[in-house]
Amino acid sequence: MAVTTVALGAMSARHKVAARRRLVERGVIALLTLATLIGVALLVIILGYVIVSGLPALNLAFFTERPKPFGEEGGGVAPSLIGTLLLAAVSGAIAIPVGIASAVFVVEYRSGRYAPMVRFAAELIAGLPSIVIGVFVWAFLVRGLVGHYAAIAGAVALAVIMVPIVARTVEEVLRLVPQSLREAALALGAPKWKVVLSIVLPTARAGVITAAVLALARSAGETAPLLLTALGNDFFSTDLLRPIGALPLQIYRYAISPYDDWHTKAWGTSLVLVVVIGLVGVLLRYVARPRVR
Amino acid sequence: MTAQYVTTEPQASRDAGEPEAERPAIAMRLERLEAHYGATKAVDGVNLDIHKNTVTAIIGPSGCGKSTLLRCLNRMHETTPGTRVRGQVFLGSEDIYWSGVDPVEIRSRVGMVFQKPNPFPMMSVYDNVAAGPRLRGWRMNRRQVDDLVEENLRRAALWDEVKDKLHRSGAALSGGQQQRLCIARTLATNPDVMLMDEPCSALDPIATYKIEELIRELAHDVTIVVVTHNMQQASRVSEWTAFMLAGDDGVGRLVEFDRTDRVFTTPRDPRTEAYITGRFG
Repeated sequence: MAVTTVALGAMSARHKVAARRRLVERGVIALLTLATLIGVALLVIILGYVIVSGLPALNLAFFTERPKPFGEEGGGVAPSLIGTLLLAAVSGAIAIPVGIASAVFVVEYRSGRYAPMVRFAAELIAGLPSIVIGVFVWAFLVRGLVGHYAAIAGAVALAVIMVPIVARTVEEVLRLVPQSLREAALALGAPKWKVVLSIVLPTARAGVITAAVLALARSAGETAPLLLTALGNDFFSTDLLRPIGALPLQIYRYAISPYDDWHTKAWGTSLVLVVVIGLVGVLLRYVARPRVR
Repeated sequence: MTAQYVTTEPQASRDAGEPEAERPAIAMRLERLEAHYGATKAVDGVNLDIHKNTVTAIIGPSGCGKSTLLRCLNRMHETTPGTRVRGQVFLGSEDIYWSGVDPVEIRSRVGMVFQKPNPFPMMSVYDNVAAGPRLRGWRMNRRQVDDLVEENLRRAALWDEVKDKLHRSGAALSGGQQQRLCIARTLATNPDVMLMDEPCSALDPIATYKIEELIRELAHDVTIVVVTHNMQQASRVSEWTAFMLAGDDGVGRLVEFDRTDRVFTTPRDPRTEAYITGRFG
């Protein structure tokens, strides 16, 4: 009799624990769902607002013509579009190889005593406000080496912003490459540099592309450093030694104006910028897609 | 004539009583080999002869240093930061730890197959087999690479299973096929010695059987050293067996080295007997 009572008591205690556990579990799931919904909702609201407000500004001329002075109808943001693509290409060409190389140095040659220093430097640069980088490039290139506002100064400023992003993202993905693949390649009699170039980087390709896309997306939206370096240009230009337009600069100029027409154009330009960043990402992923299934 | 030959042959006294034909040449010789991880000594004082074109099994319980020892034979041990090797390992007549030796060159003569199959996932079956020669920069035309790939897939008994999917990813094969692909990849670099680190421990019994059959077959023209914690496997595939054991100090040492049949039937050391009869480990 006593034994049964004890057993029943133990069972009901266990039931209570299980019931409480289920309750906590449900509560946590509800909180996680809420947090996810807030995140997704923010994205949908921002994108939706940009699309709704920007679409009225879009027409063929918006992509092919240069901006017209206030008071004239029409006009486009083509010089800024070209400028943004050119700045992205040049800054990417500088920053992506440098970022990858520094990540390779930190991960693959980590026994060296310089690796932690490189890593620390990348972290410091990543923490610098972009306007500070802009001021530095302004002093160093615009007032110094080049002597005037120029696209190349803008590209260098963007590259400085991109290098730590590429370096730290690539670092993470290189660490994900299984050590067993490095050993397999070494055991085949491959020199270390070849293991990195032929095995490690190709294995991490998807992650390296993601790093490049992240960095390009981040830099394509930078405005402050470009105000001090590329300056902006309403005319078509692909000359790296002259001022050049960029979509964020165009947005800024349209947005701070008092005219409704220009506000609409600011939204339109924002939409173009978002789409360009998205397209560049898709394009890069397509070009670098794996060829073996 | 015979007497004179015996006196000039240094091996003779040790192997006295062995018929001449049963004494194969030595592929590798380990002398007083020590391996360290940082301040920890993992393997100490190993003297061992690896006979040419035979299978040598290294057995012992977990943590006895058998994998570490194996990794010293192609200078793989030192690729882990903080590690150190002392003593000598002769490949032919050359000490691979002599200061003027390039470890990359050693690894191109002593291949290695790992515990977990590790085909390069972004490469096709074909490219996996061709990877070694390509990584080493051999100049080959398309036709030569084709022949090399087919020949080595055949040697690894994999050709018939993959000849229709040469250009599919190596990672899409089954575990046993992946391991044979790794063997083909190693063979393609034409090594003198092939080291195998528990090559079947991640495989099912049928895949294991195929690999074991392959090991015996390959030993006709490659020297094989295989680490295994499976004693039946050692007795099935090897002609020579080395038994290692970690002492109370945690340092792995060679306890016994002899022909496999002798180790498994008449071991000299009581610890060997205890291990093979399953009393510990």
